[in-house]
Amino acid sequence: MSSRLIPLLLTGVLALNAAAFADTLTAKLTIQNRQFTPQDLTLPAGTKVKLIIHNQDVIPAEFESYDLSREIVVPGHSQVTVYIGPLNPGRYNFFNDFNHAARGWVVVAPTTGKGN
Amino acid sequence: MLATAIIVFREVLEAALVIAIVLGASRGISRRGWWVSAGIAMGVFGAGLVALFADVIAEAFSGTGQALLDAAILLTAVVMLAWHNIWMSGHGRKLAGEIKEVGAAVQAGTKNLAALLVITFTAVLREGSEIVLFLWAIAASGGHEFGMTLGGFTGLAAGMLVGVLLYRSLLFIPIRHFFSVTGWLILLLTAGLAAQAAGFLNQAGLLPALGSNLWDTSAILSQSGILGQLLHILVGYTARPSGIEILFYGVTLVAIFTLMRINGRRVHSMQQRQPLHDQTDTEPANS
Repeated sequence: MSSRLIPLLLTGVLALNAAAFADTLTAKLTIQNRQFTPQDLTLPAGTKVKLIIHNQDVIPAEFESYDLSREIVVPGHSQVTVYIGPLNPGRYNFFNDFNHAARGWVVVAPTTGKGN
Repeated sequence: MLATAIIVFREVLEAALVIAIVLGASRGISRRGWWVSAGIAMGVFGAGLVALFADVIAEAFSGTGQALLDAAILLTAVVMLAWHNIWMSGHGRKLAGEIKEVGAAVQAGTKNLAALLVITFTAVLREGSEIVLFLWAIAASGGHEFGMTLGGFTGLAAGMLVGVLLYRSLLFIPIRHFFSVTGWLILLLTAGLAAQAAGFLNQAGLLPALGSNLWDTSAILSQSGILGQLLHILVGYTARPSGIEILFYGVTLVAIFTLMRINGRRVHSMQQRQPLHDQTDTEPANS
């Protein structure tokens, strides 16, 4: 029963989301020489963000964040997409799970005006 | 070396705990060892394949391929675990009775064994591919090869040891209560996996977050610590959960619980109409 429900549910949500994605913001994070650039990634509050992570090294990395509840392997010379937010103002730590020396923060500053 | 050991340990732990719980939950079913081993072997092979094609997978579906694959793997595990638990709600009592009487393994349908295989396969596949990529990452970055190998094996052994310990401790539970305990463990585990799947679908942009951090308990119990990690695997603890994760957790929990109740009553009333043999539960457990 549930196996038939899931695709149905997904289709519905996909349709629902198409409209909501219209104003998605795109941000970029690069992994280079085993470090994240920028290390402080500033994002607006209350907006869904399409984060593109580009690993320019040969070595695979794993972008991980407990604060953002995100986890994705970024193979060498590859580019992956992670949607985050809408976030509340604050600082969210992220790191490379394959190399804990590489860390960074998503910094969300309070905004006035636009919400949700 | 220690860093390698810890990271490998964390990945192995997740698969080991899942396997320990399903091994417990399938106690008394004959040939389960063979099916679970086959699941592990297929998982290791699959993990190698996933790691080999990691770049292709990562860049598929505009860079969301890996999250979609993770979600698909997790949802498969959720369906299989749910199915197993619902089946057990009808057969657990009979199984416990037979284990107590003869201690012999019970014949169960191939469907149930196949579900065990798939659960084991998915657990090993997901964590295994990360281990392979991680070890490759260290090897490629010019670490000490001996230290890395030692760390990898230490982590693997430690993770498996915790799995074995969990399984052994489960066996201390009196048989009368055994399957209701494993049933609850699987129920919570499954709800947690469903929440993780929701997280990946949200990460891929397919589901709305419904609130990114509904609450924050990271100051009380951090998810990076060992206890937070264990609870994350076992019951789906998340320090800063999103709305969609909570929704999936709740719906999965209630849906499986309800189906277990319905099936349990149905099988029970069928057995009452045509009683096979007496299953008195009056004597104390013999452990």
